[in-house]
Amino acid sequence: MHFLEAFRLAIQTIRAQKLKSGFSLLGVFIGVASLIGAWSIANGVNRYMTEKFAQTIFGVNTFQLRRRPIFTPNVPDSVWRAWQRRPRIRFSDAEAVEAGISVPVMTAWQSSDNVTVAFGSKEARDVELTAASERYFDIKNLRIATGRAFTGEENRSGVPVVVLGEAVAKRLFIDRPPLGRNVRIGGIPYRVIGVVEHQGSLMGFPLDRFVVVPALSPAQNLVNPPGILDAFLVKANSEGEMREAMSEAEGIMRSRRHLRPQQDNNFVLDTSEGVQRFWAGISRILMIVMPGIVIVSLVIGGIVIMNIMLMAVAERTREIGLRKSLGARRRDVLQQFLAESTAIAAVGAAFGIVAGILLTVLINAVSPLPASISPTSVLLGVIMGAGVGVVAGVYPATRAARLDPIAALRQE
Amino acid sequence: MSTVQQFRTGDTPLPEVIILTHKLTREYDMGSELVRALRGVSVQIRQNEYVAVMGPSGSGKSTLMNLVGCLDTPTSGEYWLNGQKVSDLADDELARIRNKEIGFVFQTFNLLPRADALHNVELPLIYAGVAARQRRDRAAQALQRVGLGDRMEHKPNELSGGQRQRVAIARALVNEPSILLADEPTGNLDSTTSTEIMGVFAELHRQGQTVVMVTHEHDIAAHAARVITLRDGLVATDQRQAA
Repeated sequence: MHFLEAFRLAIQTIRAQKLKSGFSLLGVFIGVASLIGAWSIANGVNRYMTEKFAQTIFGVNTFQLRRRPIFTPNVPDSVWRAWQRRPRIRFSDAEAVEAGISVPVMTAWQSSDNVTVAFGSKEARDVELTAASERYFDIKNLRIATGRAFTGEENRSGVPVVVLGEAVAKRLFIDRPPLGRNVRIGGIPYRVIGVVEHQGSLMGFPLDRFVVVPALSPAQNLVNPPGILDAFLVKANSEGEMREAMSEAEGIMRSRRHLRPQQDNNFVLDTSEGVQRFWAGISRILMIVMPGIVIVSLVIGGIVIMNIMLMAVAERTREIGLRKSLGARRRDVLQQFLAESTAIAAVGAAFGIVAGILLTVLINAVSPLPASISPTSVLLGVIMGAGVGVVAGVYPATRAARLDPIAALRQE
Repeated sequence: MSTVQQFRTGDTPLPEVIILTHKLTREYDMGSELVRALRGVSVQIRQNEYVAVMGPSGSGKSTLMNLVGCLDTPTSGEYWLNGQKVSDLADDELARIRNKEIGFVFQTFNLLPRADALHNVELPLIYAGVAARQRRDRAAQALQRVGLGDRMEHKPNELSGGQRQRVAIARALVNEPSILLADEPTGNLDSTTSTEIMGVFAELHRQGQTVVMVTHEHDIAAHAARVITLRDGLVATDQRQAA
């Protein structure tokens, strides 16, 4: 008997016993759906973390000279207090580091705090005000949608001009053109010279509620005491050059702060690595726990299918006897029941794949968690689903194939 | 009447002898005792004979039926079917013989309940490896032969007992077997339907089919041209009679 024939027969039987088959494929269905769903989340978050999150906060090949790390999950109070006692980064530190780095780099100053921005009677609250130098836009990869960024000259002279984030521009001006208008940042008048392209959101946090002003413009007093920076941003052309610049910056800062060799740094050179290392830890746990869930549901699915198949063999003993009397060889009977269990599992896996994909789409639509379908997980779902069917079918099918036709025919 | 070949071990049956058993025995080891169901049965059945096998229960007729039907293998002795010695074949070869040489008709019809008549008749052809289109054609022909050309898409529960047995006969014939082997074919039928089924058998016999039928009913056995009676695992009588 042709294998295709066995498969057709299997589909016929499954269709004839929809409810029973439905239950028996539930385990594989859940297993495959959870495999694809969980994998999609892990995959999506992973990509998000390494590509977008890290780069939005830091930029490619970029490090930040700061008092404390920017991304600080699960830090004990004692460490936090030690960070708070550290000296802050001064303008003079940034200038010295910039002068001392020998590889070609792009640098920017940055200080940020939340303020209210107003235009006439309209207000935008909780807007992130960043006082930065002109290369900040390049390092952060913020493209200007309309107007322009401020120049180095404007930065050094402290001209009160502002570049708006998209959400702020929309909130204050709705449809009117914002360029050339005067807004008030913490009460200080600023002229709008540009609007940044739409940035979207990051893990549910909107990225367009910000304004950027020159680091030396009047609003600098709203974010930091005079002469103080939150961060000094350094972007190199390659990772190697970034490392070189980092070690030079470290040397300069240590000597400026008169640190002895055994003393730890009282500043950080922060990169996206910290974020990524933290995420790698989470995703490793996920990658250990998730296969556990998947394997458990597939094993249960397999046991269910095996039971159903054993029942089917018992129920259809007479049919098996008849088929044998009509010329079915052991191989034919084996094939028939294997095809049946494989088909049940494959149908379960197919539904599971569809459900997994729908789940992924749903997660993307209703939660800030990014999810993206991994082709590997779909392939794995197919292989594991069918594999469960074959493995679960072997024992019942062997029992069926070994039945004695005389005894089988005599059975009532 | 043709003479019976004096068969010895090592001989080959005459070409017109379809079934030849030589000192066929079958013993069952029931643990405490050895049951000797057949104790040396030698029978020859020629092409286009119509034979009824009779005997009380325990006489060994079911055992003989299973051996002749290649569902079982003998403890000793020889069994030749259509010129081939089948008594020492392995499982899968026996399956092939059952498929090609034997058409079974059972007391309880043994149709697949979820399949229609056509598919039920197709079954032996599936195991013979016949292509799907050809299968349908041949199954339809076989159904027409037993007068069920208009019931092909009916499932067994939509058919009467007699019609079911006709489907089973069509299934037995579809692969053009050397013998039609019927086990109490009228056991589940009323007398009118029994007569009707016997009519089908008679017609097939007239067309040249070799028919072997196991029964315990004398009036059914009366339809056959030859009656073999078994008793205690041996042939008691072997008589020809006018049909």
